[in-house]
Amino acid sequence: MTEKENVLTREFEIKGKDFSRAGNISSKIKEILQETGISNSIIRRAAIATYEAELNVVMYANKGILYFTLDPDSIRLKIDDEGRGIKDISLAMKEGYSTATEEYREMGFGAGMGLPNIKKNADKFKISSILGKGTTLEIFFFLNNSGAS
Amino acid sequence: MKLNKIKKDLNLKILTAKKFLDNEVKGGYTSDLLSDVMANSKEKYIWITLQVHLNIVAVAKLKELSGIIIINDRKPDSDTLKKAEQENCPILTTPKTAFEISGELYQLLKGI
Repeated sequence: MTEKENVLTREFEIKGKDFSRAGNISSKIKEILQETGISNSIIRRAAIATYEAELNVVMYANKGILYFTLDPDSIRLKIDDEGRGIKDISLAMKEGYSTATEEYREMGFGAGMGLPNIKKNADKFKISSILGKGTTLEIFFFLNNSGAS
Repeated sequence: MKLNKIKKDLNLKILTAKKFLDNEVKGGYTSDLLSDVMANSKEKYIWITLQVHLNIVAVAKLKELSGIIIINDRKPDSDTLKKAEQENCPILTTPKTAFEISGELYQLLKGI
């Protein structure tokens, strides 16, 4: 944890396959944001995006780190994972497309809504991936305008 | 409408967070897909689902839902119950199907 000049940063580790703790980071980030007085609609969008990003690491990667940065103008999330990566990003971004196993689908995951949900809720979203290495997401929320839906 | 009235009128059994029967319920959402619930449920909604694993509690907490109704007499996992108790998340159960209980809840909330 570091705090300087109104910038708050946090780092969270995410363990692959650890469903027991999935959602904890999103809850933590939501708590941090609720203490700042940021509008509820932005907090709601940030919580949804964080949850989906967290679950993607749990389901598809070996491990990952979520970097959270809050400054007076924006919330920034960067999620770096080590895992299988994504073969076709445009396909992965398509609503309904998923590579989840049958087991995950039975649990109600793998609806093919994760990445589209993140994009929909973010003001700015970047994704890059190297097959066999891992995926990086960057998710931005701007605090001075209402931004995306 | 208070959760307690819904519990009584729909004959639900409450398994966790019994102190929170006073929770206000503004609507409901029926789905077994977690991302769908994340995307489309709203604060103070009650969630009707067949899922019984731990992660339903995280979703309910993040979305500030009033409670979860588990259908078809399915039994939540023990770690789900433990986590729901910790997070003050009421879990209720019914032997009815999602279709039946959603219909009953809809009528009750809409005053039909």
